[in-house]
Amino acid sequence: MSYITNLKCKECGQEYPVAPLHVCETCFGPLEVNYDYAKIRSAMTRAKIEARPHNLWRYRELLPVDSEPEVGPHSGFTPLVHCKRLGAELGLKHLYVKDDTVNHPTLSYKDRVVSVAITKAREFGFTTVSCASTGNLATAVAAHAARAGLKCFIFMPEGVESGKIVGSTIYGAQVITIRGNYDDVNRLCSEIADKYGWAFVNINLRPYYTEGAKTFGFEVAEQLGWKLPDHIVVPTAGGTILPKVAKAFKEMKEVGLVKGPNFKIHSAQAAGSAPVIHALHKGVDLITPVKPDTIAKSIAIGNPADGYYVLRAVRESGGWGESATDPEIIEAIKLLARTEGIFAEPAGGTTLAVALKLLKQGRIKPDETVVVSITGNGYKTLEAVAGAIERPFVIDARLREFDALFERLGEAKSAASA
Amino acid sequence: MAVRVRVPTPLRRFTGGEGEVPADGASIRQVIEDLEKRHAGIRERLLDDKGEIRRFVNIYLNGDDVRFLDSLNSRVKDGDDISIVPAIAGGH
Repeated sequence: MSYITNLKCKECGQEYPVAPLHVCETCFGPLEVNYDYAKIRSAMTRAKIEARPHNLWRYRELLPVDSEPEVGPHSGFTPLVHCKRLGAELGLKHLYVKDDTVNHPTLSYKDRVVSVAITKAREFGFTTVSCASTGNLATAVAAHAARAGLKCFIFMPEGVESGKIVGSTIYGAQVITIRGNYDDVNRLCSEIADKYGWAFVNINLRPYYTEGAKTFGFEVAEQLGWKLPDHIVVPTAGGTILPKVAKAFKEMKEVGLVKGPNFKIHSAQAAGSAPVIHALHKGVDLITPVKPDTIAKSIAIGNPADGYYVLRAVRESGGWGESATDPEIIEAIKLLARTEGIFAEPAGGTTLAVALKLLKQGRIKPDETVVVSITGNGYKTLEAVAGAIERPFVIDARLREFDALFERLGEAKSAASA
Repeated sequence: MAVRVRVPTPLRRFTGGEGEVPADGASIRQVIEDLEKRHAGIRERLLDDKGEIRRFVNIYLNGDDVRFLDSLNSRVKDGDDISIVPAIAGGH
């Protein structure tokens, strides 16, 4: 049973049938899935959701699928970690990390959007799925396509972390790297989607794909005890997840799953790719593209198509946004790992670093509930931090050598703390 | 300047279904004016009321987003390759 009514242009409001379409023919604006919320309100209760398996399909009434979903049976419902040690260090009592470093099966939030997109691709009868990706999306599409028995082509820019290339090829996907950056890949893929008639999850299936990002927000609210946080900090690359988390929170209110209070949503970008933050700080709507230059490759998108909607969602909620430099990103990755045992990719370091800035600026108060969105796993981007960690000591297998080393370490420590 | 322009699906009803069409002009603006002469109606899909490139339209000249060049005034040479692509975002 589906509760979708149609697709609607976010810009001019023109309506379209439920089909593999993603841009409005009149104004090129993006299309958005519409639902019959009145019906959903009576069909969806907390008890019903709580009785379902722990995956992203718990919220299926608010997702754009018709069939019984078979893709992503173990995706989603990742931990919301109450960060007591990190919180104590920062002076925050109610600090949480929504931890998609352990999303199944490819360790990033992309398992959510891809589960929904590939379910929809099958409903539409596609046999080949594809994507333009800087990495995490690629591995998610390749893995889910393998399990769904679909052919898979992956396009990524040359120069992404090698683990991400291996991590897609291993699933049997055909990987093609493009001489250029992410925006070049995107451009080529739109042309290929037009010509070959494949299901590009983030192009012609984009309206469905992006809806999957809402499950990140649904879970946060459910895991907080059916409450919205005072603040949520979300990374911004192409601009998918942030507006969808805001949409998720609003929909939960709309269908009666949560009541206020109002949440503030904040955007985090790497300083080397921060076109949305520049526009936010300047107070303008127009986003001037940049050429990305940051270690946070997973969020290095210089021309974010949905950036405008990020600005709108942030401003509407009374939130803010900041950017973090590469050294700040690395420090934040180390901080999260050392205090909470969570190893985030640079996008997660960016989000935490920005949360720290918002706290310093007084935009986040010590007694408020704060959720930091960690959308990808640090094991996939070891290169980004490898140069910034202590080298191991090398000794012979003799106790005497270790004794001497241990003493030296102790002395170094007391010298440092003196 | 004779160039070829690649046209995305949503605009092909203006070009009789063609995915690539010839056009003339010394700048992106002139190329769009020429496209309008050949395929009436296409200009208002590309440019907003103020005559600027619409928010969700990207125009690439030899692979470079013209917003990084001189936008509508970017110079066009014989044989240049122009692509009109709806803005899309993907990510990660």
